[in-house]
Amino acid sequence: MRIPCPHCGERDVQEFSYLGDAGVVRPEGSDASIAAMHDYVHLRDNPAGPHRELWYHAAGCHAWLVVTRDTRTHAILSAESARAAGLARRVAVGAGEA
Amino acid sequence: MALGRPAAALRNGVTTTGLRPLAPTPMQTHRLASGGFVDRSRPLPFVFDGRAMTGLAGDTLASALLANGVRLVGRSFKYHRPRGILSAGSEEPNALVELRAGARREPNTRATGIELFDGLVAESQNRWPSLHFDMLAINAWFSPFIKAGFYYKTFMWPASLWENLYEPLIRRAAGLGRAAGEEDPDHYEKAFAFCDVLVVGSGPAGLAAALAAGRGGARVILCEEDFALGGRLLSERKEVDGVEGHVWAARAVAELQSMPEVRILPRSTVFGAYDHGTYGAVERVADHLSVPPGHLPRQRGWRIVAKRCVLASGAIERPMVFAGNDLPGVMLAGAVRSYLNRFAVAPGRRAVVYTSGDDGWRTLVDLARAGVEVAALVDTRPAVDESLIALARSHDVRTVLGAEVLRARGFQSLAAVEIGASDGRIERIACDLLAMSNGWNPALHLTAHLGGRPRWDDSLAAFVPGTVPSGMAVAGAAAGKLALAEALADGVRLGSEAAAACGFAGPAIPVAAETERTGSAPLWRAPKRGANKAFVDLQNDVTVADVALAHREGFRAVEHLKRYTTLGMATDQGKTSNLPGLAIMAALSGRTIPEVGATVFRPPYTPVAIGALAGHHRGKDFRPTRRSPVHAWAQARGAVFVEAGLWLRQQYFPRAGERDWLETVKREVATVRGGVGLCDVSTLGKIDIQGADAAEFLERVYVNGWKSLAIGRARYGLMLREDGFVLDDGTTSRLGEEHFVMTTTTASAAKVMQHLEFCRQVLWPELDVQMTPVTEQWAQLAVAGPRSREALRAVVDNAHDLSNEAFPYLAAGEVTVGGGVPARLFRISFSGELAYELAVPASFGEAAAEAIMAAGAPFGIAPYGTEALSAMRIEKGHVAGNELNGQTTARDLGLGGMMSTKKDFVGRLMAKRSALVDPDRPMLAGFRPVRLSDRLRAGAHFLPLGAPASAEHDEGHMTSAAFSPTLGSWIGLGLIRRGAERVGERVRALDPVRGGDVEVEICSPVFVDPAGERLRG
Ligand SMILES: [Zn+2]
Repeated sequence: MRIPCPHCGERDVQEFSYLGDAGVVRPEGSDASIAAMHDYVHLRDNPAGPHRELWYHAAGCHAWLVVTRDTRTHAILSAESARAAGLARRVAVGAGEA
Repeated sequence: MALGRPAAALRNGVTTTGLRPLAPTPMQTHRLASGGFVDRSRPLPFVFDGRAMTGLAGDTLASALLANGVRLVGRSFKYHRPRGILSAGSEEPNALVELRAGARREPNTRATGIELFDGLVAESQNRWPSLHFDMLAINAWFSPFIKAGFYYKTFMWPASLWENLYEPLIRRAAGLGRAAGEEDPDHYEKAFAFCDVLVVGSGPAGLAAALAAGRGGARVILCEEDFALGGRLLSERKEVDGVEGHVWAARAVAELQSMPEVRILPRSTVFGAYDHGTYGAVERVADHLSVPPGHLPRQRGWRIVAKRCVLASGAIERPMVFAGNDLPGVMLAGAVRSYLNRFAVAPGRRAVVYTSGDDGWRTLVDLARAGVEVAALVDTRPAVDESLIALARSHDVRTVLGAEVLRARGFQSLAAVEIGASDGRIERIACDLLAMSNGWNPALHLTAHLGGRPRWDDSLAAFVPGTVPSGMAVAGAAAGKLALAEALADGVRLGSEAAAACGFAGPAIPVAAETERTGSAPLWRAPKRGANKAFVDLQNDVTVADVALAHREGFRAVEHLKRYTTLGMATDQGKTSNLPGLAIMAALSGRTIPEVGATVFRPPYTPVAIGALAGHHRGKDFRPTRRSPVHAWAQARGAVFVEAGLWLRQQYFPRAGERDWLETVKREVATVRGGVGLCDVSTLGKIDIQGADAAEFLERVYVNGWKSLAIGRARYGLMLREDGFVLDDGTTSRLGEEHFVMTTTTASAAKVMQHLEFCRQVLWPELDVQMTPVTEQWAQLAVAGPRSREALRAVVDNAHDLSNEAFPYLAAGEVTVGGGVPARLFRISFSGELAYELAVPASFGEAAAEAIMAAGAPFGIAPYGTEALSAMRIEKGHVAGNELNGQTTARDLGLGGMMSTKKDFVGRLMAKRSALVDPDRPMLAGFRPVRLSDRLRAGAHFLPLGAPASAEHDEGHMTSAAFSPTLGSWIGLGLIRRGAERVGERVRALDPVRGGDVEVEICSPVFVDPAGERLRG
């Protein structure tokens, strides 16, 4: 597999480590429940099709990426900086709250 | 047997040039006087089964053996039946040999793919004691007992007999070749390449595609598994663009060689297609040399990344299935043409051609041209085109239509075939060569490696590529386009399309070739007679009877058929056997072939040596070695090194007269506890953390508090994984308001970095914090012992006050040493003594170590290694890697009190899970032997006194043990149920692996200076 790192260009998969689902959100704060944390740590969907997942460019720029990969074909539909995606999400959530 | 020997064309001897007389060896009795792409001026001596023979440059081992009249080249896997050479390519199921001798011996090597070299030595396989007299051929007599399912049915129980009886027996009786059993003396390498268009195969379609793409300017890689380029153009007599096919091929190769962006890799098999245009190939760089020269690897494993791929891998001819079809002398018709035309070898003197298609008829022309008598041409079809009949007539060859070969006869080699005519008459025809063809299978393997399913094509009666990997196009025979003109046109079109897709539009110049007849009607009937001698899979000895048995017993789906009969599961992966097996199963069960199914193809296309995949990653180069910046200094000081992950760490520094490591370690500990010692701690992970939110960040990743840490102070920190278990520990120092430097354990440095980056980028992207691993930028030296301050005083520049008041325990800051060299000084202690760690830029490490040694000399300074370090940390009850094993919580380690209740941090909630706070969990405690002379060992399990040694009485285990020079006995740290609560209790520490069984007393894990007075002094 080849992953198009937004910083380094298309690189071999051996340079990356896989983590999993990019959609789970850590329950933050002191009042988070243990049940919510349990789900966050352990529960994952296993979709057949496009999947947003986290990859770490360990042998490259050390960026965490959100890679959208079709689990049936390994086709990579997109790869973006996880940090940028997270900030964008926070902006969106913040706007929603306001 | 009457062998017509017409043959001015056949001649004895090899010295066609007459220049060089040869040693008396068997003659090349079957070499043609002229033609072929062998070099008659370069005879190559070789040895097969101890017999000296001679072949020619350009031969394969198979063609050289045939030239010498050798037909019997091996025994079969299960029945030890005599076997010869079936094919002329990598699909060969029979002619497997052990190539070379000694440490270079390579089993199961296909004679058809071995390029002959001077001094080649090969041996036949699966025969005992000799090829011609094989005792185990008696297996054949018992063949009813070794039929399909034999292994499952016979060797079911008792299980104990497997190891001692069945397996050794089966391995001896039914094995393939022997491995060398010695270390491979050659080296291998990995290579990486990127291109626009990868062309797989250099036959007519491949050459046409490479030319079209190359002319457009694309970066092209052309891989050919053979050592000669041209594919079937070398084996058939065909005209292309008005010249002989091989001339056209040579011109095409010359043009490709002139293109700077084209790389041609002969002797290179593309063995796998992987995701996103990645292909694996193995280049046999030096397999055609007896010993690779020092600068060359034997093989090179390529990883090729291609934007587009044109697969022009050709087609594999299908054998006919009839009784005795495994006898030496029964060959594929295309292979016979290849031996005649390319290698100038007549594989027999009197031939019968047996075909179900037009294509096979060409064979009679080539045989006749070479002077081989063609006794008959048998076609299974009742009628064929008149032009074919005329062709046979013009060569005076008798034709028998609508007939079948019922049985091949002969002892160790073909002597005759029995032909069954349509009217039921049976005729016996003497012959020593049967050239058979039952149509062709596109070599579509690479199209299926990513899950693509081949499609059945009724008009071709073959599977053709179905869905293919993205970026791949299939050209020529591999796509079912068997006629030459069609294959060439396909290559031109797909080559230029592939180049255009990469932005290199070029001219698609057509190539002209005559049309070919490709009509066929393959025969799939299961023979009625001799089914147990009619072989479907020659390499795994699977017969029609086995397929029939699988059918009777219900193993009718293709995957069941394979596993029950082992059909197609040998090293050739059924290249010649899968389809006949499917077809016979289809016939037996009244289904069509696609209804039975297609087998799944997986990489590798042909076997690949592990060496080619490993490259230089073997032995000590299996992984990189990391050396500390003061490695050479330590080496000069006599250090003994130990591997710690990738690192080489200094274990201890023996002195002359010390009897063993323990004596050395005792001395080193005594030096530190009584004076001063120096230890290299550069391998500890160091991470520089900066930013306005750096303190907030640490607050979230460590269990304890960081915001209160003053500038110029260090603190011990503990971090958890989100699931609540301990991830790592270490000290982190605050060098500025927004600047920290973290240390991690040696083993977990990369893991912690990845975790911190995850926290920073994914969990809390809004935090203003940056981090950089700086482990390799700093040499870090621990200076420990009551005299350490005095020793350091002479090294650290005078401007810096090192007094206990100015630089107390857990002080940290930037200093200069040696007159202005920037450094960092930390007053932290692993040993429990007054101690410092001095970090200097890596390139100053050795100078700093020497300066400290000189400054410490008056106080008896000595370097110490990880053993003494470990003994002292156990004396102090500090946890390390043995305790931070990924299964312990902060509470287990007695560090539960560090977990802040005033903030959120990674792992906080999950650490509260009921099982993780169970009071019965094993927790950290110290252990001392009741009898002081007893030795403790890490790994020993704790049992209540008097309890039997069984799992239900297991209470935990000893994680670390060391001899404590301070206490004068062995001491240990361990995890035991309820831990420190049980101080004073005695338990048994059982180490059955090393015979240890010691009564120990549970004690505090801190053995030395529990109040911590020394390190504050
Ligand atoms: Zn990157």
